[in-house]
Amino acid sequence: MKQLMLGNEAVARGLYEAGCSFVSSYPGTPSTEITEAIAKYPEVYAEWAPNEKVAMEAAFGASLAGRRSFCGMKHVGLNVAADPLFTISYTGVNAGMVIGVADDAGMHSSQNEQDSRHYAESAKIPMLEPSDSAEALELTKLAYELSEKFDTPFLVKMCTRVSHSQSIVELGERKEVVGEYKKDIAKYVMMPGNAKKRHPVVEARTRALVEYAETAPINRVEAGSDNSMGIITSSTSYQYVKEVVGDTYPVMKLGMIWPLPEQKIKDFAASVQKLVIVEELDSFIESHCKNLGLECVGKEMFSCIDELSQNKVAAKLAAAPISGVKLEENIPPRPPVMCAGCPHRGLFYTLKKNKLTVLGDIGCYTLGAVAPLAAVDSVICMGASVSGIHGFCKSQQGAADNKTVAVIGDSTFMHSGITGLVNMAYNESNATVIIVDNSITGMTGHQQNPTTGFNLKGDPCAKIDLETLCRAVGIKRVQVVDPYNLAQCDAVIKEELAANEPSVIISRRPCALLKYVKHKAPLAVESEKCVGCKACMKIGCPAISIVDGKAKVDATQCVGCGVCEQLCKFGALKEV
Amino acid sequence: METKNIMIVGVGGQGSLLASKLLGRLLLTRGFDIKVSEVHGMSQRGGSVVTYVRFGDKVYSPVIDKGQADYIVSFELLEAARWTEFLKPNGKIIVNTQKINPMPVIIGAAEYPENLAQKMIDAGIDVDAFDALTLAEQAGSAKAVNIVLMGHLSRNFDFSEEEWLEAIEKSVPAKFLELNKTAFMLGRNA
Repeated sequence: MKQLMLGNEAVARGLYEAGCSFVSSYPGTPSTEITEAIAKYPEVYAEWAPNEKVAMEAAFGASLAGRRSFCGMKHVGLNVAADPLFTISYTGVNAGMVIGVADDAGMHSSQNEQDSRHYAESAKIPMLEPSDSAEALELTKLAYELSEKFDTPFLVKMCTRVSHSQSIVELGERKEVVGEYKKDIAKYVMMPGNAKKRHPVVEARTRALVEYAETAPINRVEAGSDNSMGIITSSTSYQYVKEVVGDTYPVMKLGMIWPLPEQKIKDFAASVQKLVIVEELDSFIESHCKNLGLECVGKEMFSCIDELSQNKVAAKLAAAPISGVKLEENIPPRPPVMCAGCPHRGLFYTLKKNKLTVLGDIGCYTLGAVAPLAAVDSVICMGASVSGIHGFCKSQQGAADNKTVAVIGDSTFMHSGITGLVNMAYNESNATVIIVDNSITGMTGHQQNPTTGFNLKGDPCAKIDLETLCRAVGIKRVQVVDPYNLAQCDAVIKEELAANEPSVIISRRPCALLKYVKHKAPLAVESEKCVGCKACMKIGCPAISIVDGKAKVDATQCVGCGVCEQLCKFGALKEV
Repeated sequence: METKNIMIVGVGGQGSLLASKLLGRLLLTRGFDIKVSEVHGMSQRGGSVVTYVRFGDKVYSPVIDKGQADYIVSFELLEAARWTEFLKPNGKIIVNTQKINPMPVIIGAAEYPENLAQKMIDAGIDVDAFDALTLAEQAGSAKAVNIVLMGHLSRNFDFSEEEWLEAIEKSVPAKFLELNKTAFMLGRNA
């Protein structure tokens, strides 16, 4: 049966058909839908883990036990899971294990633009790279076969344009695969004596994989009529190349991006007059070609910055189409903003009002850095707010303690904020951490996490109590505030900043977009009371604007949170 | 058949995903090769959003680049103006005349340009501007703007009314079916 499927859904379908029975992942754009989609197949156990390292180790455990397993993450998630990654390369697998990683060239929803292909080479783990949904399904299935054949975990590398594009796939049947656990200390206990023996096994495996790559149908040459140029490419870049050059030039399309088929590449290079490498982000294929002593061009033509597109490829290899009319007009940008009724808004307003330095973290609340709130001073990676504030305050020898806070979400705190908090308690920080608990993993589109009381499949489950957890690691001062209540927020933040020990404030209010959250009636402006002072505009709510000098509330957006009402000294904003 | 390119643009949360789902369903039954591309994540938080729908005998790239769109269907006026460069020389913009202020306009850091529809026409662009919001409300919900716009777009293709309505049936929950069918017909006849 033919179906239109997202690349991520096609990976999930591949997992299903390959008989994968254990999936553990942490959400991250653009990888999230793989795990959301696999959760809909009752034959497969699937879960959200607190972070990618836990997910990968859990998937390894399942493989060790004899079950085909998977873990999925975004590119920066693979950094978190890099520790197990480099060592499961040595142990290899029992049942097949596949690691899905999705890069975000163009940074549609990420803090950097790193190229995950380097991980394949440095961890010595083979990597497949689909270029559309049909390949995402096929290569995921193939990855399990090869994982077991070559005794290695396999990486399947996606990118935003493959993950989030729908194209046609042909569905197949599921094949159940059940193995058995076999004790093998020399293979699975990676202490030096055993690991020293495994490293040569890994090197031999890579050589065997190069042999496989030489003849594998997934590394194919598509003939062209003009051999004055030959192109090596993969992933979405392949699609751009084919769109532009069609069958004019020969194209080598790589389905396996590491290890590379050395002889095949040399033969291809010899068959064309000029070798061009078209790849997104870093010079990966190109560097390998140059290591093979081949003359080629790649990054001189195609930048390592941002995504490629058919026009970028056409500009170098053919002729780009003529752009449409650009309006001679100043078109204001439309950046993402916190939603109307977002519980983070009241908190960030309070932080800004108190002129605090705010070490931020990864989530919707990163938007606290956007004008007019502009309340965030740094954002690096998951958990860095909590670890960072410790260093910030310690190094200032008390001078920053009363004017600096860390802000981290519930899911991010469980991901890797907790270890930073342990460090604060253990090394006696005097800093204040605010956990913005909106009862969901928001930015990636509402995934459950250990603090929500529900699992990936939506069933009720154990719920981690944040207050108890913070107290258990040694934080004695833990208070809960409602971010819709500005006076309470202000008082508690002042109180905790003044305290002479580390503290945690939990700013708790469910995300306004959650289906179970009941909204109040929208507010309206009594225009005779409104003096146009714009105090209500300081919170950057998309539902409020100034029209003809007076505040106006967009009733279709307003959810009646009442934060603006607390800012109006003239009582002009009222519930209808 | 040469690949046809439709861009659906708007503001995060306006329902462009349902519009592309509907188009995907319709085109699949017609036996085309199809690619539908959208970006999830941060841009959905009230930011500018774009979905690319491409169909033909063989579609390679999942995205539409500058100078390639046969149609730009815009849920909002400013968003239509933002993407004009993506239109083919003989392409057409179908735009809902609704205005939604972006944050820089809300906080007074920028102004919402005046008379955008006329300015696009003056620049030589084929613009079909109409009030889809009022028609959606007439159908029973402001949220049906997406289907009203699809109804209006449908005038430009030779797919039958039945084929469109069947694709709607497959794309929306049963309890909203009548509303969406009404919205589609209002858009188609506007």
